[in-house]
Amino acid sequence: MLEELNEASAPPLEVHDLTVTYHKRPALYGIDLVVPRGQLVGVVGPNGAGKSTFIKAIMGVVKPASGWVKLFGKTGKAGLPFVGYVPQRESVDWDFPVSVYDVVLMGRYGRIGIGRRPGKADHEAVMEALERVKMTPFMHRQIGGLSGGQQQRVFLARALAQDTPLYLMDEPFAGVDAATEAAIIELLQSLKEQGKTILVVHHDLATAKQYFDRLILLNLRLVAYGETAKVFTPALLQKTYGGRLTILSEVAQVVGQVEEGMDKHD
Amino acid sequence: MGEQWMRFFRFEDTAVRYALVGALLMGLSTGVLGSFLVVRRLAMVGDTLSHAVLPGLVAGFLWVGGKEPWALFTGALLAGLLGVWLVSQIKARSVLKEDAALGLVLSGFYAMGVCLLTMVQHMEIGQKSGLDKILFGQAAALGLNDLYFMGGVTAVVLMLVGLFYKEFLALSFDGAFARALGWPIGIFQGLFMGVLAATVVVSLQASGVVLVSAMLIIPASAAYLLTQRFVKLIVLASGLSMIAGVLGALLSFLKPGIPTGPCMVACASLEFGLIWLLAPGQGIIPQWVRRMRVQERIALENTLKAIYHVLEKGGFQLETVTLEALAERRRASLEAVLIEGQGLVARGFAHFGSLDKAASIENRTLHLTPEGWARACEIVRNHRLWELYLTHAANYAPDHVHEDAEKIEHMLGETIVRQLETRLNYPQRDPHGKLIPSLADMENPYFSRPPWGNKPRGTEGYGASTIDS
Ligand SMILES: Nc1ncnc2c1ncn2[C@@H]1O[C@H](COP(=O)(O)OP(=O)(O)OP(=O)(O)O)[C@@H](O)[C@H]1O
Ligand SMILES: [Mg+2]
Repeated sequence: MLEELNEASAPPLEVHDLTVTYHKRPALYGIDLVVPRGQLVGVVGPNGAGKSTFIKAIMGVVKPASGWVKLFGKTGKAGLPFVGYVPQRESVDWDFPVSVYDVVLMGRYGRIGIGRRPGKADHEAVMEALERVKMTPFMHRQIGGLSGGQQQRVFLARALAQDTPLYLMDEPFAGVDAATEAAIIELLQSLKEQGKTILVVHHDLATAKQYFDRLILLNLRLVAYGETAKVFTPALLQKTYGGRLTILSEVAQVVGQVEEGMDKHD
Repeated sequence: MGEQWMRFFRFEDTAVRYALVGALLMGLSTGVLGSFLVVRRLAMVGDTLSHAVLPGLVAGFLWVGGKEPWALFTGALLAGLLGVWLVSQIKARSVLKEDAALGLVLSGFYAMGVCLLTMVQHMEIGQKSGLDKILFGQAAALGLNDLYFMGGVTAVVLMLVGLFYKEFLALSFDGAFARALGWPIGIFQGLFMGVLAATVVVSLQASGVVLVSAMLIIPASAAYLLTQRFVKLIVLASGLSMIAGVLGALLSFLKPGIPTGPCMVACASLEFGLIWLLAPGQGIIPQWVRRMRVQERIALENTLKAIYHVLEKGGFQLETVTLEALAERRRASLEAVLIEGQGLVARGFAHFGSLDKAASIENRTLHLTPEGWARACEIVRNHRLWELYLTHAANYAPDHVHEDAEKIEHMLGETIVRQLETRLNYPQRDPHGKLIPSLADMENPYFSRPPWGNKPRGTEGYGASTIDS
C-alpha cells in the first residue's frame, strides 16, 4: 500500500483555507500552509489556540467546516495510511487493560489490514520500535503503571512501528524529564534525516527555537509560518500569545454565542 | 427440595437441560460483549439497550398475535437499536449530555413497554403464557427454538470478536487512532451494537428485561479486578458469567416461582463481592492485611530503635533497658510499652529479664537478642544515613531532616543503603554528631562478647567501625 506513494511529487501536507468549528464556535480559522518533505516543524501557540484541533483536522478526526487537507496530494481517507499519530497524553484512557506491547503493536494495524493477524515481521517491528525508545524492559506492563515520560515513549514507539513518512505529535514532551526530551528530539532528528516529515505541537518557546526547522504560530488563525529564524521574532510571538489575538478569539466566541442563541429562538 | 437437586443434576429433564445450555450460551456472549462495554465505560448503554427492547418485544407479539420467536426477536431488536440511536440524537441535538439522554430513553421505553405488556395480558388473543415472565426471566421455560436463536447469536458474537478482535480493540482503546487508520469505524460500531442488541434480546427469556444488562456488566467488572490484559478479561468475564448463569438457573429451579434473572444476577453480584474483597493484590482484604503488616513492622522497628537510643544514652554500659526508660523515650504509657515488649519477645527480638516476674511493671527489663540488636542497629543506621544524605547531597538544613528520615528508615533496602554509604564515603557521624552504627556493630552485639564488662566503652568509643576484630 505504501509503495504506491510517489513521495517526490506531492508535499506531505497541504492545508487550504481550513476552518474548524465546535458547535458553531470557530476553533481554527482559514489556515493555509504547505509543509515540504524532510522537515521538523513545530506547532506553537497558547492553550486553546487550536493546536490539537489542527492535528485532529489533518487526521480527519474532526470534520472541517470549510477548506481541505491534502496528504501527499491525496484528499480524504486516501492519505491517512501515510500518517503516524501521537495523541496528547490527556486524551488516552490509561486504565485500559492493554500492555505496552499491545499498544505498540497497534501501530502495525494499518499495514496488517482488516481481519488479518499480525505476522512475524510485525512482531519484529514492534520489538525494534520498543528498543529505539528504550522501553523493552517494560513491554509487558499495563500502560497505566508507567511514568509520564514512559507513557509518552510508548506512543512514540507506536508511531515508529507505523513507519509512515509523516508524523503528527501532540505535545510529546509534556511530562517528560530533560534527559528523555533530549533522547526524543535526537530520535526525531534521525527520523528527519531518513526523509520523514514531522509536525510537533510544542509548548516551550525556549526550546522551540533550537528544535525545529520551521514553526507554525497558531492562535485560532495562522499567525505566521516559515523557517524558524524568520518567524521566531518578538513581534510575531507577541502576536501569537498576547494582546490582539486574545481579543479576536473573544470576539469569535461572542459571535458563536450569538449565532447559537439565534438558533435556539427560532 | 432434595428431589429437585437430583432432577437438576441428572440432566434427564429437558427443561433442566435447556435451562443449562441457555445459561451457558448466554454467559458466553454476555461475558464477551460486557468486557467491551466495561472497558469502554459504556455500562449505561447496555442498561438502556436492554430496557428499550421491551416495547418492541410486545409489539412483535401483537403483530403476529402469538409468541413467535422470530417476531419477538425482530421487534425487540428494532426497538433496542431505535433507543440507542435516539440517545445519540438527543446528545447531538440538544445541550443534554450522555447520562441524561440515556436515563431518558431507558425509562421512557421501559414505561411504554410495561404499559403495552399489561394491556396485552388483558386481551383475548393467542397463547400469551410466559409473556409475563419476560420482565424477570424464567430459564425453565426456554424452548428448543429459543436455544437455536441463542446459539446462533452466540456463534455470531464469537466469530465477530474472533475475526475482528484487533479492530475492536483499537476502536475501544483509541477511537481517533482507529479512525485515522482509515477503517470503516461506523460499520464496526454498528456491528457491535447489532450483536449487543441481539444478545440482549435472546437472553431475555432466561434473565428478563430488567436484569439482563447486569449480566453484561457485573461479570466483566469482576474480571476487570483480576487482570490487566484484555484477552484474559474476556475469558474470565465469560467464565464468571457462565458460572453465575448456571447457579442462577439451579437456584430458580430448586424453588419454582423464583424468576431466574434475579437469581443469576444475585450470583454474579456475589462473585463480584468476593473478588472485590479477596482478589490477590487489589482486593480490599489483601490490601488491608498488607497495610496492617507494614504498620506492625514499623511499630516494632520504632520500639527497637527506642531501645537502642536508651542504650546509647547510657553509654552502652548496660545491656538491658527498663520499661520505665523505654516508656519515657517512646512517650507512651507503661502498659503500651509492655505490649510492645511482648511483641518483640514473640518475634525473638528480645526477652524479659529473668528475675522480673515479681517486679512492678516499670522495673521490668528488656534484653535484646542478637537478632533484635542487629535490627535496631539497622534502623538507626538507616535513619542517620538518610539524614546525612539529605543534608549533604540534597542540601537540607540539619533541623529539617528528622521527620523525613522517620518514614524513610523503614523503607530503605539493602542495596540503597549500600549506595548511600558509597555516595557519602562511609560516614561515621550523622548531621547531629551521633555515631552511625556500622555493619560490624550489627553483627557483634557488645553485650554478647564476653567478657563485655572488661571493655568499658563510652558513647564515643562505640559504633562506627571502631570495633577491632
Ligand atoms: N470536543 C470539543 N468540543 C467543543 N469544543 C472543543 C472541543 N475540543 C476543543 N474545543 C475548543 O476548541 C478550542 C481549541 O482547542 P484545542 O484542544 O485544539 O486547543 P490546544 O491548542 O490544543 O490547547 P492545549 O495547549 O491546551 O492542548 C478550545 O477553545 C477548546 O475549548
Ligand atoms: Mg492540545
